[in-house]
Amino acid sequence: MQQRLARGEAAALGELYDRFASLVHSLAHRVLSDDDAADQITREVFGYVWENPDAYDPKLGSMRSWVAKLTQRQAVQRLRQSEASTYAENGGCSTEELEQKVRRASAAARADYIVTSMPAPLRAALELAYFQRRDYRQAAADLSITED
Amino acid sequence: MEQGEPTPDDENTPRIPSPRAAGDDLAGGGRGGSGTFVPGPREGNRFTAPEPEPHASMDPEPHSVPEPDPEPQAAPEPEATVHEPAPPEAHADPPSHTVLKSLLGAWALAACSAEETDAVEAHLTECAPCADEALRLRDAVGLLHTERSLDLDPMLRSRVLENCLGRRPARIPVPVWAAPYDAETARLDALLNDFGDAEWHAPVRLKWFEQERRVTRRTTVAGVIGHLMAVDALVATALGLDEPVPMDPEAASAGPTARTEALWRAGQYPLTRTVREPWREQSHTLIRTVSFAGRGVAELAVPYGEFALPLQDAMLDRAFECWIHAGDIADAVDYPYEPPSGAHLHRMIDLAARVLPTTLAGRRRAGLAAPARGLVTAGSPGRSLRLEIEGVGGGDWHIPLDSPAAVASPEHEVAHVALDGVEFCRLAAGHVPPQDAAVGQLGDREAIRDVLFAAASLSRL
Repeated sequence: MQQRLARGEAAALGELYDRFASLVHSLAHRVLSDDDAADQITREVFGYVWENPDAYDPKLGSMRSWVAKLTQRQAVQRLRQSEASTYAENGGCSTEELEQKVRRASAAARADYIVTSMPAPLRAALELAYFQRRDYRQAAADLSITED
Repeated sequence: MEQGEPTPDDENTPRIPSPRAAGDDLAGGGRGGSGTFVPGPREGNRFTAPEPEPHASMDPEPHSVPEPDPEPQAAPEPEATVHEPAPPEAHADPPSHTVLKSLLGAWALAACSAEETDAVEAHLTECAPCADEALRLRDAVGLLHTERSLDLDPMLRSRVLENCLGRRPARIPVPVWAAPYDAETARLDALLNDFGDAEWHAPVRLKWFEQERRVTRRTTVAGVIGHLMAVDALVATALGLDEPVPMDPEAASAGPTARTEALWRAGQYPLTRTVREPWREQSHTLIRTVSFAGRGVAELAVPYGEFALPLQDAMLDRAFECWIHAGDIADAVDYPYEPPSGAHLHRMIDLAARVLPTTLAGRRRAGLAAPARGLVTAGSPGRSLRLEIEGVGGGDWHIPLDSPAAVASPEHEVAHVALDGVEFCRLAAGHVPPQDAAVGQLGDREAIRDVLFAAASLSRL
């Protein structure tokens, strides 16, 4: 994928989007709680990857986690900026509160990332167990996964 | 900072309360967090995942969980849950601290059975370390409470890609005539994203116009994706690519309907959600292949059985079918689905308008349309119908009525019909019977009827 992007293949860019857009958008949304802002981050992140395909180093991890990190960084930066400008305008929250806000947003996005990155059977077990309120033994049985 | 959780033996050793919220664990790279707040890697060990994860192959990178956490932390006895006696024995005697502690993760997820929940909660009132841990787990679990995968605006894709290509032009662009297929397959794939088994097996009624009447056929959502895949393979094989599913050569060359029937009949290919991946892979491969193929490929003949289309039209036809069937699927599961972008819709309408004269001539030969009013020599102007398409993607088309070889001209206009672009596409897809289409009409009623019926007859399974 990286080579195809470096080669300037528009089809690879489309595939990159299809693979990661919902990850990027949902992480950005988790941090910023705003659709337009998440759209904007999505645009920036894919723009950056397309312009700098060589910035990704496969030795340091998967492309997915790299894209997630870029998103997180970009979104947190934007959160700081928008909070800072709110502060300049009408007081708003203190630096300390801002940092707490940033930490909370990052943690929530991180949790999302972990859940979405789980292997599918585990995620399915989690969803059955938690979101659909099944007990874990029943969830495991439904998924035909055994306890050993 | 967590150097292992207290075990039952050091239960009474002083324990510094955790200085950070559970969420910070997660922010700090999953350390401590990822191992505890979900059954995740730890309880996951209990499960043997029997089948390969279906989405895994979409992602060539050999990883699923980021930043692998080397410490099996928070689980001093990770196997405890497994080998400990099963619950029936557990309520004879109160379960041990070890067992109860190992259940905290499941408890925090509200995933314990009723007896286990009672036992854990009774334990929490008397065991401070477990109560602490439980509190932190519950906090972390709160973060899971999220509306997952909010629907992405389908038009975001084209805006994002456009922005990218503005910043760095593609050296190998996707041909303009393949762009609608690229966009429509991506939109359908996004629709399928949240489908569970119930949606994949939801009944879908396919509709088209055959022998002058509307016919329908029942299948499932997975069946529709199989249909799209089997017909897309017409284009793929014309480009020298492999069939996604081995197909009887006779059926393979007999056109869209025969290909679809063959796929639906094939016992070795039960249509379930597993059809999504080969369908999507083939569509990605098609886009990539036409991007590399160079300009000449646009005219390559794609055989459809009884007729052939140049590749650039075949790709438009596939984009059109993809949208129409995505709409069928969306209807079946009660989701909204928007029409394509104006520019793409315009190209689809243009394709239909261009094939109408030949279709009309064929219907005339079959006695299904009124005879020509006069002989027109090739290349000279003849009686025309003005097709005015309203709305985004619209425009004016002049359809020659007496011969496909005649030149349509406004001066020889004998009829004028006006209808909305989406309505016209629904007519051409056989979703609206020609006599029911919402059409404004003026002029020769026979000509209008013939053109509307010819439009409907463009549809097929």
